[in-house]
Amino acid sequence: MGDWWTPAMMPDPSLDNKELSSISGISMSPSRQNSHHSLHSTMVLPKTSYSVISAFCTEENISQCIAYINQEVCSLGLTGVSLESESGGLSAVLVLNLLYEVLQLQRRAQRALHELETQQLKNSSDLEHLQHSNCRLKDQLEHTRRENSGLHEGERQLQLKIKTLQNCLKSEKEEVQKLQSIISSRATQYNHDSKRKERECTKLKERLNQLLMDKRDKKLSIEMSNYVGRSDGKRGLWKTSKMEARHEGEMYRALLSDYETRQRSLVLENSELKKVLQHMKKDMIAILSPKNVCVQPEPADDSLEQAVSEGEEEAGDRSRESLEQSCEQAREQLTNSIRLQWRKLKSHMERLDSQVSLEREGDEVMSRKEHEDEMQRMRLELQQCKEFIHMQQQLLQQQLSSPCDEETAALLNDCYTLEEKERLKEEWRLFSEQKRNFERERKNFTEAAIRLGHERKAFEEDRAVWLKTQFLNMTPFVDRKRPALSEPHGALAVSTEPEAKLQSTPPLVTKSQSYSVFSTPKAAPVKMPSTADLYRTLHLIPESRLIFQLP
Amino acid sequence: MNFSEVFKQSNQLCKVSPDGKYLATCVQYRLVVRDINSLQIVHLYTCLDQVMHMEWSSDSLFILCAMYKRGLVQVWSLEQPDWHCKIDEGSIGLVSSRWSPDGRHILNTTEFNLRVTVWSLCTKAVSYIKYPKACQKGVDFSADGRYMALAERRECKDYISVFVCDDWHLLRHFESETQDLAGLEWSPNSCVLAVWDSCLEYKILLYSLDGRLLSLYSAYEWSLGIKSVAWSPSSQFLAVGSYDEKVRILNHITWKKITEFEHPATIINTKAVVFKEVEKRPVVGSEDLSIHQLTVDNSLFSTQSKYEITQLPAQVPVIKPDPDRANPKIGISTLAFSADNRFLATKNDNMPQSLWVWDMQRLSLLAVLEQTAPVRCFVWDPRRPRLALCTGNTKVYLWSPAGCVSVNVPVEGSFQVQSLFWHCSGSSLVLLSKEHVCLCYVDAEEEK
Repeated sequence: MGDWWTPAMMPDPSLDNKELSSISGISMSPSRQNSHHSLHSTMVLPKTSYSVISAFCTEENISQCIAYINQEVCSLGLTGVSLESESGGLSAVLVLNLLYEVLQLQRRAQRALHELETQQLKNSSDLEHLQHSNCRLKDQLEHTRRENSGLHEGERQLQLKIKTLQNCLKSEKEEVQKLQSIISSRATQYNHDSKRKERECTKLKERLNQLLMDKRDKKLSIEMSNYVGRSDGKRGLWKTSKMEARHEGEMYRALLSDYETRQRSLVLENSELKKVLQHMKKDMIAILSPKNVCVQPEPADDSLEQAVSEGEEEAGDRSRESLEQSCEQAREQLTNSIRLQWRKLKSHMERLDSQVSLEREGDEVMSRKEHEDEMQRMRLELQQCKEFIHMQQQLLQQQLSSPCDEETAALLNDCYTLEEKERLKEEWRLFSEQKRNFERERKNFTEAAIRLGHERKAFEEDRAVWLKTQFLNMTPFVDRKRPALSEPHGALAVSTEPEAKLQSTPPLVTKSQSYSVFSTPKAAPVKMPSTADLYRTLHLIPESRLIFQLP
Repeated sequence: MNFSEVFKQSNQLCKVSPDGKYLATCVQYRLVVRDINSLQIVHLYTCLDQVMHMEWSSDSLFILCAMYKRGLVQVWSLEQPDWHCKIDEGSIGLVSSRWSPDGRHILNTTEFNLRVTVWSLCTKAVSYIKYPKACQKGVDFSADGRYMALAERRECKDYISVFVCDDWHLLRHFESETQDLAGLEWSPNSCVLAVWDSCLEYKILLYSLDGRLLSLYSAYEWSLGIKSVAWSPSSQFLAVGSYDEKVRILNHITWKKITEFEHPATIINTKAVVFKEVEKRPVVGSEDLSIHQLTVDNSLFSTQSKYEITQLPAQVPVIKPDPDRANPKIGISTLAFSADNRFLATKNDNMPQSLWVWDMQRLSLLAVLEQTAPVRCFVWDPRRPRLALCTGNTKVYLWSPAGCVSVNVPVEGSFQVQSLFWHCSGSSLVLLSKEHVCLCYVDAEEEK
């Protein structure tokens, strides 16, 4: 449609709102009822809006208006109204036809608009409906999704439960099987035992029957040629309450002694372990002592001081500990101090480790180089040693395998024999020397023996004199002057007794034995008696003892 | 190693006197006493019936011969060969007979375990002990010979009586906390009595000499329990072997388990040495098969064997026992400590061809000996840590910490060694076959 050809004049402000809204209401009212109203209003329109249209055409611009209307009509496709008539005025017939066609157009347009409006309404209602249903379905979907996930979750948990229950079932089955096997083994054991008992019972019954029927009852008896003496040779004792008490006493004594030995061994073990712990503690303190720890950085100082103070403390404690060996507190003290030291040692070690790792990064090149040098040197040494061993092996092989030519073999043999000869010579020399020593000693022995014989004789004489004087002294003549006992210059410078006479019986061998004690040093103190002789003289060992018993 | 000539014996009755000077053997109804060094017959006694049990008295002066069928016990004297003694149990029958530690009393257990009769050779007096229990080991004498422990059963309850062997005075009589007592054993220091239950219940009780219960040990419930028990010679350890193929060691201070030794079918312990007996048959050339060779050279038909060290992990042959039989052949049936307390030898019944040796100082497995036949008997040397074993073939095997060796018994005909025991000095072994006995003189030096 063409634009409104708005004349210069503005719409009359006297038009009330209702009419304006009715004009504008044409394009906006959605309902059909409104459209009727709008139609009516449009029909009504000409009357009231006549003032607007009258503004369009006036007596002056009729031809313009006609031309314009022709134009518009042509554009609309209607038969053009040539409003130009002979009279020069408008033909009412044509105008009426035109008007009729325009009205038809208008009606058609109205109808179309009406339809479109209804369609529009329908569509909007449909849209609304669809939107609602969409929302609803979305909600439903969400709801079902949630339900679904919930069901899944439930299913998963049930699966887990099933698995655990299956495991439980398996373990229970296994246990049942085990118990069944135990029961069956016990049952077979019981059956076996009960069968055995039943067999014994039947045997008993048979025997009882036999005994009841058998009149001859063999009595139990013992036949012995003669009584046997008791194993310990003592006589038998009557059973009295004193005997019983004695038995009880012996039993308790045996138990007590066993407990005592056990306690003793435990105490020994305990003290040894304590000693070991003490040593360990000392060692640990020594390790953590200042001269070892000076390499440490700052944080170690406090532990250092602690260690020193601990050491001082421990010195005091140690003395106390030695006094209260079995005291509970001393034991706890010891174990606590050991633990403390051990912890310190551990932390020390950890610090050292970290230090080493730090240092290694710093002096990496240096230490590695040294390391490498060291390794190289060791490898070289290893190589040399290997070569040496190899060479030795080769030589040994050569030696073992028969020598290729006789000359070298003979030479080698010669060498060996020479070596052997040298060795033998040496040994012979030693042997001759030893033989000479032995001869010398033997000579010494014989001389000493002769001397001893002389001394013995002298001693015997002395003893006889002494005995005589002793005997004489036994008489009441007290103030008789006792002859001075000549100092027996024999080997036995000890007090004699009457039975000492028997000492003369041991033969020469004794003397040689007593001297053999001093055989190794050349300057043998011959005068000193051997301990055996001394003991014999003092009757600390009986005469019948072996002569060859050296002290 | 030298072997003596072979002598006849019956019923495996061959015993060396406690002082080590004589060897007594029973041949049917005759008792032959030989000097151990010359093996000359010193005495010959004739009993009234076939001898079922023979025992030396502790002072080596008397020998008792028991004839169970006739209910007779005859005692012979070595000092006076014409001295005789006959004990007749009468109609009550005889099931077992033994000496008391002082060598002057004889304890006879009558048939059906009705009572124990104590006969005195000094006074011809008789004492009775009622209700003795018929079990694996119901009587034990302490090592010092002072006390005797006897298991009794009255009114379905187990009791233990301790007697003073001097005059058979009942020192203590107390109830035992076992369900069904299977055995009791004194510790070597005679202060503790170990009492264990039957295999239906794993329970071992330790009683002090005066009857107080010191401790009770039970490793597990319900499954079959204790099969064997052994004290260490120093009384420090008590080894308990059970049907679950484990040996548990209890210590004498707390009576708690200090370790358990397992007998797995696969040995992976790297410190243990596994010796496997390997037989090698000698190759016989056709020219050697002369009659002379066949009769004289015994070694032609007997196989030589030697030990080889097997690489670990090693498999031990296992024989599954029949689960439906009572007393199944599974579990530790034999335990033996060495005389110096340092080793323990065990045998697991479902690994019958293997012998396990454990180091008691380190409490770990030391060696496993795998034989070609089930081990029949093993005994420790009473002086040295040396173990002798036999498997029923013609060889004697010796193990010591230095190694082990297998020795063929060079006897004409085959001498199947069924059992063996050491002479008390540890210088010779007495080997027993079914019908014969032979002495084997072993050097004191180490073998390999």
